[in-house]
Amino acid sequence: MRVNFVLSEVATGLRRNLTMTVAMILTTAISLGLMGTGLLIAGMISDMKEIYYDKVQVSIFLADDVTDEQRSAIEQQLAGSPEVANHIYESKDEAYARFQQQFSQQPELVQNTPADALPESFRVELVNPERYEVIAAEFPNGQNGVDQVRDEGDFLDRLFSLLNGARNATIAVAVVQALAALLLISNTIQLAAFNRRNETNIMRLVGASRWYTQLPFILEAALAGLIGALLAIGGLVVTKVLFVDKTLAGPIRAGIIPPVDWGAIAFISPVIAAAGVGLAGVAAYVTLRLYVRI
Amino acid sequence: MIELQHVTKLYPASSRPALDDVSTEIDKGEFVFLIGSSGSGKSTFLRLLLKEDDPTKGNVIVNGKTLNTMSKWQVPKLRRTIGCVFQDFRLLRNRTVAQNVAFALEVINKPQRTIKRVVPEVLEMVGLEGKAQRLPSELSGGEQQRVAIARAFVNRPLVLLADEPTGNLDPETSEGIMLLLERINRTGTTVVMATHDYHIVDSMRRRVIELNGGALTRDQSRGVYGVGR
Ligand SMILES: Nc1ncnc2c1ncn2[C@@H]1O[C@H](COP(=O)(O)OP(=O)(O)O)[C@@H](O)[C@H]1O
Ligand SMILES: [Mg+2]
Repeated sequence: MRVNFVLSEVATGLRRNLTMTVAMILTTAISLGLMGTGLLIAGMISDMKEIYYDKVQVSIFLADDVTDEQRSAIEQQLAGSPEVANHIYESKDEAYARFQQQFSQQPELVQNTPADALPESFRVELVNPERYEVIAAEFPNGQNGVDQVRDEGDFLDRLFSLLNGARNATIAVAVVQALAALLLISNTIQLAAFNRRNETNIMRLVGASRWYTQLPFILEAALAGLIGALLAIGGLVVTKVLFVDKTLAGPIRAGIIPPVDWGAIAFISPVIAAAGVGLAGVAAYVTLRLYVRI
Repeated sequence: MIELQHVTKLYPASSRPALDDVSTEIDKGEFVFLIGSSGSGKSTFLRLLLKEDDPTKGNVIVNGKTLNTMSKWQVPKLRRTIGCVFQDFRLLRNRTVAQNVAFALEVINKPQRTIKRVVPEVLEMVGLEGKAQRLPSELSGGEQQRVAIARAFVNRPLVLLADEPTGNLDPETSEGIMLLLERINRTGTTVVMATHDYHIVDSMRRRVIELNGGALTRDQSRGVYGVGR
């Protein structure tokens, strides 16, 4: 295989259809970028599940007028319960400190909240998270110093179904974009084949192999796919640095949202690159098979 | 060398066959004129030999290979043993004479060393030495056809197919092209030439196969264009 020949054909092909090539690269990049975002959200969701579900499933908020006896009675009941895997106590001061940290980006909110506004609580991890009802029955609301028992799992379920929805929507848009990208690639390749029909006709007549004739077109598409993938990866890096790391810095430090670390981006980058190159190459190959006589 | 056995070709969307039960045999080293008016099936005949198209019925055999049963990936190998030339030359406009000829070797992976050696040789043979660096647009029609012949012959094919190679040329220029084809034929290459130029056919006195509405109506060695003309 004559490398120079193939490469110069690829370069000429890409230059000749500059507008189509740019369109093809951009749609591919958007599609792959969204796909990467979807993957990152998916990773984030599983990180968050680890953070939240493991720590807290039920919160028992104590009344403002709870007595020391009531508090230690609750504590003993929790310690003795076979349903409870783990429990921690959070005082008013600790609750306020956590609140301050969570909302460090909104100083007015922190300033307008009195230090003792947040209730003390027991955070309870259940052996079986589904058994919330049992615990709730053991600590009736408004009795024995208990203000309210809340199933955090229920809230988390709703939160995660929201996040899953966001992930699914992102991936759905990525798929639609990918479809658009594939059609554009197919079109570009047909145009490229038309532009080079004199060359390919002669190649066919003098007995060049199918592979030799098709390779420049396939490489042309694969190269565009690779450039699109690199743009997409660049977009993810920029999004991390400018959006996730800056705007979401507070909640990330507070442990509400897991950080998007470089490892995750490094992990999905080859996936994106392979998807870009692979899809474009296959689209080109199929196009040549179906529509172009070579 | 070349054999057609009861070959019929019916193009889709056409009721009249382009070739109608044609049987003939052409031996190695022969020079054959394929004659007949426009639409009589000459180009179809040549296209079937190249496996550019498949017959509707019958067998085509070229260089000992039955084309009907040949798989797609073997077709390039077949075509490397066949050179072809057309009325419209089919040169690449943005490549020089030498590059046009070299192109045919490059795309079948011939070593650069070989290409450097044989391209000047074949250009000299067709009488274009000294014009290797010209673009096709800087050549006359006859010279362009010589480039096309050089490209078809440079890989020393067993068969040369020429579809009205003189169709765009004046009589004197055509005569030069015919001398060149004869010379190629003398190297042992089988030449099949479709034409309706009766001057050429009459002056060469070679085998004539005549098609008429797709049917083979005459096969005559040392023939002339029209019987009794
Ligand atoms: N690709 C094609 N599709 C349909 N009909 C065709 C095609 N090529 C040729 N024909 C028809 O087949 C007949 C023979 O054509 P052709 O072989 O080109 O004749 P010639 O070369 O002798 O002029 C004509 O009637 C022509 O219209
Ligand atoms: Mg014809």
